[in-house]
Amino acid sequence: MPETNLIERKKPIIKTRIESGKRKWRILDLKELIYYKDLFYFFVLRDITVMYKQTILGILWAVINPVFQMVIFSVIFGKLAQISSDGIPYPIFSFAAILPFNYFSQSLSGASNSLVGNSSVLTKVYFPRILIPLTPVFSKLADFAIAFLILIVMMIFYQITPTANLVFLPLLILLMILTSMGIGMWLSSLAIQYRDVKFAIGFMTSLLMYSAPVVFPASLILEKFGYNYYLLYGLYPMVGVIEGFRSSLLGFSPMPWDLIGMGSISAVLLFLSGASYFKKTERIFADVA
Amino acid sequence: MSEFAIKVNDVSKAFLIGLKDHKKETLGGTIFSWLRYPLENYNVLKKLNTYNYNEDNEDLFWALKNISFELKHGETLGIIGNNGAGKSTLLKIICRITNPTYGFAEVNGRVSSLLEVGTGFNAELTGRENVYLNGTILGMKKKEIDKKFDEIVDFSGVEQFIDTQIKKYSSGMKIRLAFAVAASLETEIMIIDEVLSIGDAEFRKKSLERMIEIARSGTAVILVTHNMLPIQNLCSRAILLEKGRIANEGITEEIVSSYMGQQTKSKVKQSWELGKAPGSEHIKMSKAEVRPLLNIPVIRPGDPFEFEFLIYNLKDEDYDLTITFHLTDEFENLLFIGSTAMTNRKYIAKKGFIKLNCRIPENLFNAGKFTISKFLVLQNSAKLLYEHKDLLTFEVTSDYAYEHGKSGRIEGLIKPKLEWEVTVKSETEVLEKI
Repeated sequence: MPETNLIERKKPIIKTRIESGKRKWRILDLKELIYYKDLFYFFVLRDITVMYKQTILGILWAVINPVFQMVIFSVIFGKLAQISSDGIPYPIFSFAAILPFNYFSQSLSGASNSLVGNSSVLTKVYFPRILIPLTPVFSKLADFAIAFLILIVMMIFYQITPTANLVFLPLLILLMILTSMGIGMWLSSLAIQYRDVKFAIGFMTSLLMYSAPVVFPASLILEKFGYNYYLLYGLYPMVGVIEGFRSSLLGFSPMPWDLIGMGSISAVLLFLSGASYFKKTERIFADVA
Repeated sequence: MSEFAIKVNDVSKAFLIGLKDHKKETLGGTIFSWLRYPLENYNVLKKLNTYNYNEDNEDLFWALKNISFELKHGETLGIIGNNGAGKSTLLKIICRITNPTYGFAEVNGRVSSLLEVGTGFNAELTGRENVYLNGTILGMKKKEIDKKFDEIVDFSGVEQFIDTQIKKYSSGMKIRLAFAVAASLETEIMIIDEVLSIGDAEFRKKSLERMIEIARSGTAVILVTHNMLPIQNLCSRAILLEKGRIANEGITEEIVSSYMGQQTKSKVKQSWELGKAPGSEHIKMSKAEVRPLLNIPVIRPGDPFEFEFLIYNLKDEDYDLTITFHLTDEFENLLFIGSTAMTNRKYIAKKGFIKLNCRIPENLFNAGKFTISKFLVLQNSAKLLYEHKDLLTFEVTSDYAYEHGKSGRIEGLIKPKLEWEVTVKSETEVLEKI
């Protein structure tokens, strides 16, 4: 072991004040997050490494899940129910939606379990708690990337070339991450206080899926309910994300900027409120964990 | 760095306990209560968040009450107290794991805690991956771990398995690796809680040495343990916690001996009023005590001590008295039988008090916990007048630090001091003699 001497440790001394902090609304402490960036990196790395350990199919699960969903949707909603798909072949129409939506729902369930699952760490050592729910939001990007490869294969199969709108895809992915972070922070801090969230998350994800334009196009809402409701519908950020994915990758319709705009507003609100609710409640996590 | 490292100012911490369930007697009431169940539960859970800190709120348990102290850089402070005295809660507040209900704590510097080693170890990951994960959880940067990685692995002694999944490790290997990570932290403040009792004897010695090194390097240290000797050895100052309050504070020696005094009252000393004393129709117990004969509050291996028994004899006639006791260790091995019969002298009992002192010679006991499992009073070495079970329990404490790191507990039921005479003769000398 090294000689620990004071000369070697002439780093600036970090001052901390620990008090009750009742009813204090704060936003994220960026300086601290930067200090702990290595920890965040290892959290995400751990999640990715561990995810498919001790499975037979391993990383293939990241392919099998969305592909089977696509097959089921194509048979039931595409063939049997004959739901319109804006002129796009139904399999790729639904897959372009399954891709961001699966990421979204996996991040949410990962985040909502995260604090409860890590309670042994929470009660023993200090680090910014916010890293815990944000970890699944980033680690699920690995699955997203693998499923994305499938989409590329499918686009080659259907001979679809993306339009110039492809440049907006990173923006859509950012919106998708921001939304997941916002809701993830809300769900995780609610879940550690009220374990009801654990039971609700199952039907909530199917509710969220059927309310998003996964098996149907958003244009159907515009058709049936009119433009005002269509805009209101856009407040659900995944609506803009999914329709944006379809438009930028498959290019059958123009970019739905109205939906994306509405979605961005609520995503930012969700993120800010989620972060401050998390910050406000994090002081009791160790006591209720 | 003349400033304090830790300042705890009037800290109190309350926990919510004992929310009573109201049981309904009627079917209607039961159904109604089911409907109201979610609402009631919500209120209960909500209270965890916003309970009222009224002093006489019965549902509140004050784990800490008005705690204040300061710790300077380079100082070592011991915190002692029984289970539930609030030691862990206090440490958790200093480590920022939980917030105080009232008051505040100020901490100048990075804090590392050996509260529970191995926090965040993931069974599926390899030793190497866990070193990085655990190290960053404890507040290190990747670069720091890179630099110290070899030292950590070296200290833990698991280099052969460093790329094996942790789930295939033995529990001892896991603990050693975890401790090695935690002990490599270089922070201004270090909090150590009961880690002195992990691993095998050799590793315990190694970790204690490391801890002494840390304490002497200018790091401010808070040490919490039930083992008094490291506290006496490492800490200049100590705090005694009792039911969430500071019961005593001052020089370690004084605090430890006052704590040991109240700790051991029931075990190393028993005394009874004559009316309530246990005994038989012939004999009543009055007092029994284990007394160290050196001027320290503990008995170390090799130290002399004595038993003192005081009994009251009710028999009118005089008789030949024999007192015998069985001394067992904590595993109920009989170490020896002590008896006045072995002295080849006769003790004639008369009505009234009889006091016996039995001196245990030096260099006999090894470290351990011992019990006088049987205490017998006999007439004419044959007729049992009274038998008392588990009369006294006492501890002979060994500690590496106290023995200046020379050795751990040497195996064996007893630890006698042997006299050796070793004669070495050179070849020529031997020849001459022949």
